Amino acid sequence: MTTPATAPDSLVVPVPDGADLAVHVKGLVKHYGDTHAADGVDLDVVRGEVLALLGPNGAGKTTTTEVLEGYRHRDAGDVEVLGVDPGKGDRHWRTRLGIVLQTASDMSDLTVEEAVAHFAGYYPRPRDVDDVIDAVGLTEKRRTRGANLSGGQRRRLDVALGIIGGPELLFLDEPTTGFDPEARREFWELIRGLREGGTTILLTTHYLDEAEVLADRVAVIAHGRVIACDVPARLGGRDESLATVSWIEGEERRAERTREPTRLVLDLAERLGGEVPSLTIHQPSLEDVYLSLISDHNEEAR
Amino acid sequence: MSTAATASAPVTSGRAPGTLALGIRRVRIELKTFFRDRNSAVWNFLLPVLLLVIFGAVFGNQHIGPNITFAQYFVAGMIASGVVYTSFQNLAIAIPMERDDGTLKRLQGLPMPKASYFIGKIGLVFVAYVAQVTLLVTIGVLFYHLHLPSDPLKWFTFLWASVLGLIACTLCGIAFSVVPKTGKGASAVVSPIVLVLQFTSGVFFVFSNLPSWMQVFASIFPLKWLTQAMRSVFLPDPAQALEVAGKWELPACAAVLAAWCVGGLVLSLVFFRWNKRGED
Repeated sequence: MTTPATAPDSLVVPVPDGADLAVHVKGLVKHYGDTHAADGVDLDVVRGEVLALLGPNGAGKTTTTEVLEGYRHRDAGDVEVLGVDPGKGDRHWRTRLGIVLQTASDMSDLTVEEAVAHFAGYYPRPRDVDDVIDAVGLTEKRRTRGANLSGGQRRRLDVALGIIGGPELLFLDEPTTGFDPEARREFWELIRGLREGGTTILLTTHYLDEAEVLADRVAVIAHGRVIACDVPARLGGRDESLATVSWIEGEERRAERTREPTRLVLDLAERLGGEVPSLTIHQPSLEDVYLSLISDHNEEAR
Repeated sequence: MSTAATASAPVTSGRAPGTLALGIRRVRIELKTFFRDRNSAVWNFLLPVLLLVIFGAVFGNQHIGPNITFAQYFVAGMIASGVVYTSFQNLAIAIPMERDDGTLKRLQGLPMPKASYFIGKIGLVFVAYVAQVTLLVTIGVLFYHLHLPSDPLKWFTFLWASVLGLIACTLCGIAFSVVPKTGKGASAVVSPIVLVLQFTSGVFFVFSNLPSWMQVFASIFPLKWLTQAMRSVFLPDPAQALEVAGKWELPACAAVLAAWCVGGLVLSLVFFRWNKRGED
């Protein structure tokens, strides 16, 4: 599959030609009345990678993923998920997908064990029920009913149900919303483990730190289009952005933006005679880059 | 692609389970969920029994005809209501809740033929009905002089009336599940409808005593005919005199119920939806 040439200044860095794609989206359009929820989305997900899809609420994230998952019909565009048009996806195609939806409160009357064992039965080659419960860290809660799980435990049950079929491609829609920091870290380990196992993951999230930690590549979606896509370290020219060096000199905090922070620090050390008081060097975080991408885009849109 | 490191996939056949096999899995999970859910247990099991006990205690010994007490008349009506409770009321409330809590969306994402979902619902309805009817008949026999018929023909009527009624009301329940806007509000929409039908169809009152406009209204719907068929099973034949037509009218009962089966099928095919409004 070839990726069309993109303008050199584009923030969307295409995947290499001939990459083995799990998802290929070209010009996806979906509108509701006059609202264009997706307005020409282009997106490729390479097999085996974790791609994080970021964007403000209403930007088209959920619409895009739900078209890919076969829940919604599209109005235009080419979409292939594991080589199949999701609009025509059959049962065999579904056995290869795992879907973890944003909100689910079903199965409140079933225990973890019952739910996972039940869902295993839909797939031709399910993973071992005990292994999956263990992988999501619910072994101690296996006899607890869905209604009695905490928010984080409930989401982990959702993930267990998403991976019980041994999917090649896993959709995770805002999986850690409402988690405490410790639960999120445990969850990240789980996702890393799946990735190491070869599962391709399309992750939608609002947490930039989560995208930074988990994603091989990040795509930013705004107003129904992908406006930037790259590895987290280079997204939106992040690697070329200026670093901010800040220190205290003469009772006053001073800051300087520079392309060469190391040189500046060496100069400072020399000038101030050794230790630089309250030294910080701040590289733009993924969040900084993301926010500036979104605000630039909003201004252009005006 | 390498195989998942943490997976120890038990290698069975590579083919996905069939529609019927998954349907039976669904029946098992539906039953488990249904009998654990306190709401459905109350609505579908305790309420009819409670009504039976209350009405039986208050009006039970009133004779409405020669050797026929209201309690006997009422038990037949409650068995017919059992059909409506376990099928129409059950599904018209449960499906909107499943649409809200993500069950239907999750099922759509599974490699499951949609027919399996409906097989699961039908299985649930039949089992719940059998349980309900057993309970009501037992109470009727023990406390309200309900006589189990000895004529096999009467049991045959019981069988077809139950099956046609369940099919019709199951399909109508599936179709009606699009009406409640939210799962939470579903029982507030559905229960009054069932209650009105019960009042007008000869469950709580003797049908022939109702004003004629009410009789005409009730005759459109299946419950009136279902209660009539159930009375033909559980009341002695002389009680036919209490019917509006002076007889059981079994062919008409069968015809109306069958028509509602067809109508229910059409309605459910046209109106049933998996997604919440505006999500497709």
